[in-house]
Amino acid sequence: MFSYYLRLAMLSIKRNPILSSLMVAAIALGIGACMTTITVNYIMSADPIPSKSDKLFYVQLDSWDPNNSADADEYSLPSQVTWTEATNLMRAKKAVRQSAMASSGAVIEPPGQDAKPYNASIRLAFTDFFPMFEVPFLYGAPWSHEQDQAREQVVVLSQETNDKIFGGENSVGNSLTIGGNVFTVVGVLKQWEPMPKFYDVTTGAFNEPEELYMPFLLKEELELPNGGNTNCWKTPDGEGFKAFLQSECINFQMWVELPDENAEAAYLDFLNSYAAEQKAMGRFQRPINNRLSDVMEWMEDQEVVADDARIMLWLSFMFLLVCLLNTIGLLLSKFTGKAAEIGLRRAVGASKGDLFMQHLVETGCIGLAGGLAGLGLAYLGLIGIGTLYGDFAKNMTSMDLTMVAVALGLALLSSIAAGLYPTWRACNIAPAGQLKSQ
Amino acid sequence: MLTMNNITKVFRTDLVQTYALREFNLNVGEGEFVAVTGPSGSGKTTFLNIAGLLETFDGGSYSLDGEDVSHLNDKARSRFRNEKIGFIFQSFNLIPDLNLFDNVDVPLRYRGFNSSERKRRIEQSLEMVGLANRMKHLPSQLSGGQQQRVAIARALAGEPRFLLADEPTGNLDTKMAHSVMDLLKDINEKGTTIVMVTHDPSLAKQAKRNIYVRDGRVSELHEVAAFAEEESQTTAKASNG
Ligand SMILES: Nc1ncnc2c1ncn2[C@@H]1O[C@H](COP(=O)(O)OP(=O)(O)OP(=O)(O)O)[C@@H](O)[C@H]1O
Ligand SMILES: [Mg+2]
Repeated sequence: MFSYYLRLAMLSIKRNPILSSLMVAAIALGIGACMTTITVNYIMSADPIPSKSDKLFYVQLDSWDPNNSADADEYSLPSQVTWTEATNLMRAKKAVRQSAMASSGAVIEPPGQDAKPYNASIRLAFTDFFPMFEVPFLYGAPWSHEQDQAREQVVVLSQETNDKIFGGENSVGNSLTIGGNVFTVVGVLKQWEPMPKFYDVTTGAFNEPEELYMPFLLKEELELPNGGNTNCWKTPDGEGFKAFLQSECINFQMWVELPDENAEAAYLDFLNSYAAEQKAMGRFQRPINNRLSDVMEWMEDQEVVADDARIMLWLSFMFLLVCLLNTIGLLLSKFTGKAAEIGLRRAVGASKGDLFMQHLVETGCIGLAGGLAGLGLAYLGLIGIGTLYGDFAKNMTSMDLTMVAVALGLALLSSIAAGLYPTWRACNIAPAGQLKSQ
Repeated sequence: MLTMNNITKVFRTDLVQTYALREFNLNVGEGEFVAVTGPSGSGKTTFLNIAGLLETFDGGSYSLDGEDVSHLNDKARSRFRNEKIGFIFQSFNLIPDLNLFDNVDVPLRYRGFNSSERKRRIEQSLEMVGLANRMKHLPSQLSGGQQQRVAIARALAGEPRFLLADEPTGNLDTKMAHSVMDLLKDINEKGTTIVMVTHDPSLAKQAKRNIYVRDGRVSELHEVAAFAEEESQTTAKASNG
């Protein structure tokens, strides 16, 4: 019977091409808007490193101003750490893996006569950064712990940078002048674009990853400039770079990898005793308050899913509702036009249930068509958002199947919901009244 | 076979109540061919709709094929219509975008026959009305008389016990009307009970039995001969006067 209903649905859709396409368009618009915002929210709230997001922890220490209440929102737990904490925690080495990091920038002078120097973004990190965050390598490997400590001028390039400077060749071993200093290339990354860029969300959770990666301690060695956000609750004691590093200014992120809850508890204990030590030395004057947040907790805390994305989501659902109300109206008029056929079918033995199914299948077909068209619109919408805000649309490919399923499911569900009342009306048409002379 | 006792049907609108049928009594036996005549608005269509379980009634009792059908639910009534009753309407009521084959198929679909059985029945009934070679045509490609034949084929395909026809020739010219009538007589010969509403006395007298409805009642019952006689007298009077 289902295939019969399908055939009837096709005929009925063909009979009223304009009405049918209006319905498909209404559903497509609603679904398109919804899918665009759902995808944006989905990407924003996606787990960027599902294999170990519960084992990676962001470290927060309360080294902030004793004159401001820690309860007040804007003075609550600082979201970054100072140079002092970054280096102390790295020296303590209490986690399985750990990396303090910072963002910076410098001018690259590509080899070759014609190539122009340009400003490149830099991620300063310890070598653990790469295995911790499962950063894939195309060529070479991370630098070593020794090179970290020796502050060697080694660099890992992003794939894009390697393409740009070395034409995509294996550049390991080549030298590269960065900020006036000669670096040796030790590795090239494979395309790596965690979404959101969870390891540092201070300057935007959906920014591109950095172009260069180099040992963290070079910050001090080469006096590399501060990137990202720098916040201070008191002015540094003295002038110059050294004074800044020793100040209470926060500009650094600290990540640790802890394999289980025991390790997590132990690390928190360590942080608390570290804070107590610092207290004894006159720092950390607020009540001890340290925190470990795993990746998803940290994303939540940093409100990576922006409020306006949530609002857009609700708005788009409202829009879908309006589109569905339209569809209800169109279906009503369509099914009214079929009264004679419905009366006839009733007369020759179709039960209300038979007619209900027939029209539900028809509505479902329209819904599916609307869903497919809506997917197309959503794709365009994402490209639009991509050009406006960043590279969301690029990441669509990896989500295709889930999104297609969600879109079609949503379209089917909502069109059937819209079809219920018109269908119910249709199958309650009194047969006798429809069979008189026309 | 078909027994109606004191059937009453009231149509209530906001302002008025119309008694379409009042104390309507009728008994139709197996294999009969009954022609129903009467003035416009006398309740003929209402009677036929109730007889065909397309409409409910307000009082009285009705049994069809030995079964009291007053209290059947919608599903059972649908089933009853599907299996035992064939309808023919004045306006044919073919589905315009289905071809003849698919139009005749409609009641069979709800019967649950498999496709080879449906095909056999469709071909057989289209054969019977002489349209087997037009199976793939759309209704709009046929004349009115041919369309009514398709409707008859559709009514016959389920091999019903009853055929209910409401002015089946109302939209046809005399020649086509008579050929449809011949077809109905054939069908009746093969054992199907037929109740037909008509305004045409010359067709009515070809039925085995005539009833006359007035003001929602069966006012006179005629044997065919008696009716024919009266009919010829009235025409004679008319031509004299
Ligand atoms: N759905 C309805 N609502 C209200 N009144 C109705 C309805 N159907 C029929 N009637 C009334 O019931 C009465 C009988 O109508 P019916 O259609 O049975 O007459 P008929 O004998 O078939 O007439 P005709 O020869 O013109 O077809 C009429 O007075 C009509 O106005
Ligand atoms: Mg009538």
